Parts: sequence; C-alpha cells; structure tokens
Amino acid sequence: MIDGFLALYLFMLAAFTGHEIISRVPVILHTPLMSGSNFVHGIVLVGAMVALGEATTPLQQIIGFIGVFLGAGNAAGGYVVTERMLEMFKSSKKPAAGGK
Amino acid sequence: MNTPQIVALLIQASYFAAAVLLIMGIKRMSSPVTARSGIQWAGVGVLVAVVVTFFYHEHAAANTPLLIENAALIFVAIALSTVLAWYSGKRVAMTSMPQMVALYNGMGGGSAAAIGASALLGFASMAAAPKFVPSMPHASLSQVALAVIGALIGAVSFTGSLIAFMKLQGWMDKTFRFTGQQAVNGLCFLASVAVGAYVVYALQVQGGVNVMYIVAFFALALLFGILMTLPIGGADMPVVISLFNAFTGLAVGFEGFVQQNVALIIAGTVVGAAGTLLTRLMAKAMNRSISNVLFSNFGSGGGAAAEIKGSMKPIEPDDAASLLYLAEKIIIVPGYGMAVAQAQHKIWELSQNLIKREKEVKFAIHPVAGRMPGHMNVLLAEAGVPYDLIADMDDINPEFPNCDVAIVIGANDVVNPVAKTDKSSPIYGMPILDVAKAKQVIVIKRGKGTGFAGIENALFYQDNCKMLYADGQEAANKLIAGLKAMDGGGGH
Repeated sequence: MIDGFLALYLFMLAAFTGHEIISRVPVILHTPLMSGSNFVHGIVLVGAMVALGEATTPLQQIIGFIGVFLGAGNAAGGYVVTERMLEMFKSSKKPAAGGK
Repeated sequence: MNTPQIVALLIQASYFAAAVLLIMGIKRMSSPVTARSGIQWAGVGVLVAVVVTFFYHEHAAANTPLLIENAALIFVAIALSTVLAWYSGKRVAMTSMPQMVALYNGMGGGSAAAIGASALLGFASMAAAPKFVPSMPHASLSQVALAVIGALIGAVSFTGSLIAFMKLQGWMDKTFRFTGQQAVNGLCFLASVAVGAYVVYALQVQGGVNVMYIVAFFALALLFGILMTLPIGGADMPVVISLFNAFTGLAVGFEGFVQQNVALIIAGTVVGAAGTLLTRLMAKAMNRSISNVLFSNFGSGGGAAAEIKGSMKPIEPDDAASLLYLAEKIIIVPGYGMAVAQAQHKIWELSQNLIKREKEVKFAIHPVAGRMPGHMNVLLAEAGVPYDLIADMDDINPEFPNCDVAIVIGANDVVNPVAKTDKSSPIYGMPILDVAKAKQVIVIKRGKGTGFAGIENALFYQDNCKMLYADGQEAANKLIAGLKAMDGGGGH
C-alpha cells in the first residue's frame, strides 16, 4: 500500500522529473510536446479498464464503459496527432534516408 | 507460486516497464532529432500496459479466471473509441491541431473523472454493506480525498477542454460574458468543493454517503469547467489547453493513487508538472500571467492608443521581386494568416528559389505565432521547411539590422513596434520580432485591417515598409514569377 509520506515522495520525485524533462525544450517543440504529454496521460486508459473490470452494478458498468471509451480516445488520438506532427520535422543537413 | 500470481507479477513488471518507457519517451520528445522515436517509445509503453491489463485482478487467487471481468465490454469500448480517434486524428488538418489536442485531452480528463466516480460509488457501496467484504480493505482517508480531488480536476478538464475545442473549431461564439460572471463561477467552484468535502467526510466519518451527493458533486464540477472556459477568448486558448493538459495529468496521477497503480501516478504527475511548466512558458511568451488569462479579458478597457502618423505605402509584386533579387539576407516572418491562406507551401517554394540564388533565407518565429507555441513550426515543417532554417525570436532579433529584406506574411501584432514604444497600447510589453529594424520590409497582407488585438500596426507606416496587398499564395506566385522575369532581363 502506497500511502502517507511514501506517496508524497513519489509525487515529489515524479513532479521534479516532469519539470526537469521539459525545462530545456526549444520553443519549436512546444506544440508536439504538449500533444505528446497529452498522449502520455492516455495511460489513464489502464485505470479506466481496471475500474470497469471491478464494476459490479450497472451504474458502475456504464461509468466504467464511458471511462474506457474516453481514455482510449485520449491514447489513440493523442498518439496519431503527435506522430503526424513529429514525422514532419526534418533537418536540411541530413536528408532523410530514401529521399523524397 | 500459482499461475494467477505469476500473471500478477508479470503485470506489475509490465507497468514498471511502461512507466520507464513513458518517461524516456517524453525525454526523447524534447529534442527534434529524437522526437519521433520518443512518441513511439511512449506508444509501446501504453500499448504494453493496456494489453497486460486485460489479465489484471486486484487479488489474484488460484481460482481467478485469466481475463479481467467485463473484458468484452472493455474491448468494445476501446475498439470503438480507437477507431474514431485514429480516423479523426489522421484526417485533421495541421491548422486544426490545437483543437484536436484539446479534444483528446478532454477525453483523458473525463476518463480520470469516471475512474473517480467509479471509485466513490465503490466506497459508498462498501460502506453500505452490513459486513466488510474481506477481499476489499477499507479505503484510507487519502484515497477517498484524492478520488474526489482527482475527479474534480478531471471533470473540469473534461468540460473545459470540450468548450475550448468548440471555440477553436468555430462551433461556438468566441466569448460569452455576463455581469457578475466571476462571482457565479466562484460560487460554482466553492459549491463543488464543499459538496466534494462533504462526500469525503460522510464516507470517512459517518461511514456512508447518499449517492445523490456524489451526483451533485460531479454536476457542479462539470458545470464549473464550462463556466470557467466560456469567457476566455480565442487568443488565450493555447494557454488554457496547456493548463487543462496539466490538469488531466494531475487527475490521472491522483486517480492512480486511488487505484494504487504506480504507472498512473508517475505518468500523470510527470505530465502534471511538465504541463504546468509548459503553461507558464506559453503565458510568458504571450506576456500574460495565467491568472490574467483566466480571470480577465484581453484588450477590454485598454486606453486609447496613440495616433500613428504617416501612411501605408503599397508596392507592386514586380518591385517587391526586384528588392528580393538584390537582397543577400532575407528573413521571412510567417503568422497564422499564412497558414489560414494555406500559403506555406508557396512561401517555401519562393524560399527555395531564393536559396538557389545563394541568398541567406531564414524563418523567424514568434513564440505565439500560430495558435499554440510551436504551432507555426509544425505548419512550416508540413510544407517541408527544414527546422534548422527556422529561428526563435531571441536568436533572430539581433539579425534584423543586418537583414536586407524582411517579408512579413500573415503576422501582425507580433511585429508591431508599439509593443515597445506605446505604454497605452494593450500589447505594450509583449516581446516582438524586431522587423522594424530591417533595411526593407515587405508586408504581404490581404487588406488594411488590424490584427487579432485590433490595434493599428506602426510598422506598416514606417518609411522602410512596403505593403504588398494580395492573398498569400498569389503573392508568393507573383514574386517567384517576378524573380524569373528578372533572370530573363539579365541577358540569359
């Protein structure tokens, strides 16, 4: 069981990690990065699956179904748009292998 | 160890691997060279976690079935949503990216809120049961409290992001204001916090809660998300979307704690912190504080700006082309107007033409060009512009005095020198691109209108500035033709 100070330490370390990872990012990547971090919290889908898995009443099943539906949209949509943005970033110094 | 226990161990190991992949994925996304592999690593992380969750059981015993309960329902929900989101994400135009991010982010927030709702209903039914179910330990105070807080944040992010999506998509009037709005919003927020606090108190101290209170709590939280986003104008939307992105991250982290899932706690909190920092960077680039964005209205109540003297001087495309023909160093300043006119491909064609003539061409990007910081880079990348020709404001500003011709296309407020000179101007203090210092400036514009902030642009009245009145694509075409015509005149 993660509780009390152990939980606080975990939150603190994860928060510092997030801050450090982002703090040196060039502006050109702000939009893809926002989209990418949007995808990363798509992991919420796992939590929603567990919630629906533990649902016993019809109300809980409906809420769980909505949760899984929304979480999957976050993950799938977030991935597609981020990947589409990032595949366009090219450097003029190193032409992509295979050419145009 | 029996089989279910081994499966449980493998699931935990997979969650750990997923958390590592997600963090390393974000890290790789922070450099243009590794960015694409970053999203792929993160993608593998989520995929692994989702697949193993089909075999998840909170308490593994020898007789537990292999698959998670309601596996079919889960599968249907994922399949439906993935198809819809994948299809919409593949089809959407690059200019519409910000609202798609808002939409998917809102879905994540809604999902976190649903987890919270499900957990609270579970706690309520547990408390109502005459005897404790031995397999379900009593929820701790922090679990109940974080279920409520995470649900509140997630619900606000859900409805708020949907409003942001509708505004950017043009489905909704830009702003919606009435007198006493802030008081109503404040009351709604306080009421949802109060009902949420009561739910925690009732569950923990009184040993049970009427489900109606949980419903009321969610209704208020969802309503607050709508109310707080309604008065915010389109120009501030990127900051708001980024803020909601951080909100969803936090909500996911908190609900992860409720479920005791470390992968959710870590990924959610990392995004929460990263998103908060990103929001502050964006707000700073726009010269707005976050509270300013949330609680006040752009441009309203600004004093009358000083009168600008002089006149705008039009230029013919051929004359503009001859300026380019003679120039050695050219800086192009694109704005959202260029993307709306879909002129980025033509502008890149023009730039390639100039580069072939051994001229130095650079693109100068203001931090808030486009609809989100970095959005213009994406739009230029889509047209094929290599990212090493694109310069940030701080790097390019010292180069303007040495620049022979600066071409401004579809940008307005971000090149307006009154941001530095006129204290009464609503954009005073906003960092700008020093286009005014270039030797010659060509502004490609459809008409004489003002920019988003509705302010006259002093740059347009300067002696070194010429106005090329045309649609972006048409202007670029004429400039290319003009350059070619001059080759002919040069005796080839």
